[in-house]
Amino acid sequence: MRRCDLIVLGAGPAGAEAALAASGAGLDVVLVEEAAAAGGQVWRAPAAASPPGLDPFPAEAEARAGAALRARLAASPVESWFGARAWSVIRPAEGGFRLDAAGPEGPLACAAPRLVAATGAVERVIPFPGWTLPGVIGLAAATVLLKAQGVLPGQRVVVAGCGPLLAAVAAKILAAGGEVVAVVDRAAPAEWLAASRALASRPRLLARGLGWALRIAGRRVPVHFAHAVRAAEGDEALRRLRIAPLDASGGFAPGGAERVLEADALCIGDGLVPGAEIPRLLRARLRFDRALGGWVPELDAEGRTSLPGLFAVGDGAGLRGQAPAVHAGRIAGLAAAQEAGRLDAAAFAAATAPERAALAGLAPFAAAMAGLMALRPGAVRDIAPETVICRCEDVTRGMLDAAFDEGAREVNQVKHFTRCGMGPCQGRSCGDVAAEIIAARLGGAREAAGFWTGRPPLRPVPLADLLGEFDYADIPIPAPAPL
Amino acid sequence: MSPRRIPGLARPAAVSFTFEGEALAAPAGEPLATALACAGHAALRASPAAGTPRGAFCFMGSCQECLVLVDGVPRQACLVPVRAGMAVWRVAL
Ligand code: FES
Repeated sequence: MRRCDLIVLGAGPAGAEAALAASGAGLDVVLVEEAAAAGGQVWRAPAAASPPGLDPFPAEAEARAGAALRARLAASPVESWFGARAWSVIRPAEGGFRLDAAGPEGPLACAAPRLVAATGAVERVIPFPGWTLPGVIGLAAATVLLKAQGVLPGQRVVVAGCGPLLAAVAAKILAAGGEVVAVVDRAAPAEWLAASRALASRPRLLARGLGWALRIAGRRVPVHFAHAVRAAEGDEALRRLRIAPLDASGGFAPGGAERVLEADALCIGDGLVPGAEIPRLLRARLRFDRALGGWVPELDAEGRTSLPGLFAVGDGAGLRGQAPAVHAGRIAGLAAAQEAGRLDAAAFAAATAPERAALAGLAPFAAAMAGLMALRPGAVRDIAPETVICRCEDVTRGMLDAAFDEGAREVNQVKHFTRCGMGPCQGRSCGDVAAEIIAARLGGAREAAGFWTGRPPLRPVPLADLLGEFDYADIPIPAPAPL
Repeated sequence: MSPRRIPGLARPAAVSFTFEGEALAAPAGEPLATALACAGHAALRASPAAGTPRGAFCFMGSCQECLVLVDGVPRQACLVPVRAGMAVWRVAL
C-alpha cells in the first residue's frame, strides 16, 4: 500500500492542477486516472498507442493546452497512476482515505489523510424511442472519435442536443471531410443571443464559436433551432430520425410538423450532469442545484466538502467548464497543502489570490454555458411511455410511472421496484432523467425524489483484474431483469 | 481502409483480428469498438432484458454497452486496443 499526503482522483484540468499545486507546495501526491494520459475530456490525449499525427486538429488551443499540462505533470514529482480504475474509496477507522484501483498490471492501493475528487461530469441524453440503436452515440463520444482516434462518427451524421458542443462536433466533422445531415438544437436563437452577452466576456471563445457557426453555415448544413429528436428508427442499426419543434417549456410543440432525416449516425448530448460520485459514496452533504447541473456537494470557497479532508473540484462538483476547473483545482490543491502545514496563512492567501480573481472573472461565462445545457422540464415530461430510460436493464418510462403508481416515492425505491439504475453502468446514464420523472410526479422538487445512494464498486471491475485468476462464473455480466 | 477513418493522418500499420470468425484489419492500438464500427459492425450485442441490438455509445468506458468477448474474456470494446490475432466474439445471452 502506497502512503502519501494527498490522493487526487481524476486527471482532467481540475484534478491535474490540484495535484500540481499541492505537489508544488511540497505534498507527496498520487494522481489516479482511468485514462492512459492526463487531460480529461476537454484536453483528451490522442490514443496512447498512436503516433502524434493522429489528432486531426493539433493546432487547436485545447490540444496545445492538453499537451502543456501533460508535460508539466511529467516534469513534476506527482506520481501518476494512469489506466487505473478506482473501484473503492473508503474512510478507514484510522482516519483519512484509502483508494483501491485496478491498474494495468494488477491491483493498486493508496492511503492519505486528504483526497481531492475530480471525477468530472457525465453526459445527459434525454431518451426517445430508438435511442438504444447502434449508431446513436453521445456528443462527448463523437469528440473522442474525432480528436483521439481520427475517425468520423458515421458517413451521414446528425448532431443533436444542446450547448456549445453541438457546433464544435459538427464543425469538426465538416473539417475532417465528413457529411453533416443537420444540426438539431434544443435552444432557440433567442437563447443563444442572451448567452452571447456572457460569451462576449471571453472574446477568444466567442470568435471560436463564430468560426464553428460559419463553417456550418458555409457548408449549408441545416440548423434546426428549438427542435429535438423525437424517434430513431432502424432494425440492427440507425437508418433515420424523426425530429420535431419544441415549445417554450422544452417539450414538443403540440401539432408541430415532424421532419425525417436519413442518417447512419446520431451524435446526441443534452448537457452534462456532475458525477459527484466520491462525495455521494462517502456521504458528504449534497444539494440540488439546477444551474450547476444537478446534485452537487456542498463546498466552501476552497473546495472542501462537509467531510474533513475531502475536497471536490471541477465539473464533478458543479458544471462550470474547463477554464474555472483549472483555478478551482489549484485552490483546492493549495488548501490541502495549507491544512497539512506546508503553507502558512499569508503564503496561502498570496498564492490563491490570482486564482480566486480568475474564477470570479469566468463566472458569467460559466453560468451562461451551464444555462444552455440545463435540463428543461418539458423535455422530460414529453418522454413517451415505451421509451427505454435505463439502457442496462431496459426499464421504460411506463415502468417508472407504474412503480410510482404502486407507491414508490423516491428514486431508491423506484430502483428496487424496477431495477432502473441497477445495471453495470450503475445508473450513470439514466439517474438524472429517472429522478426528474419521479420529481415531476411529486410536484416538481428534485429534493423530494432524492438521489441514488452511492455504493462500491465505483466501476465494474472484472475480478480477473483484482485477483489475477478467476472463474468463468464470477464474471460480472448483468443478469436479465425479471419480466 | 474504412471511409470513416479521416484521411491524411499517420496511423500505425494495420493488423488482422477476427470478429465472429470474420477476418478484419485495423491500425494496431485502435480501440476495438472504433475498429469494429469502421468495419461496419455497429451492433455488438443484444440487451440482456429485452434483447434489442446495442453498440458502443459513450466510447469512454462508462456505459458498458460495448461488452464483447476478447479471447474469451468479457471486455469493454472501447477500452481494448486492437492487437494482431485477437479473436472477438459477441457475448452469448
Ligand atoms: S462504449 Fe460505453 S463503455 Fe464502451
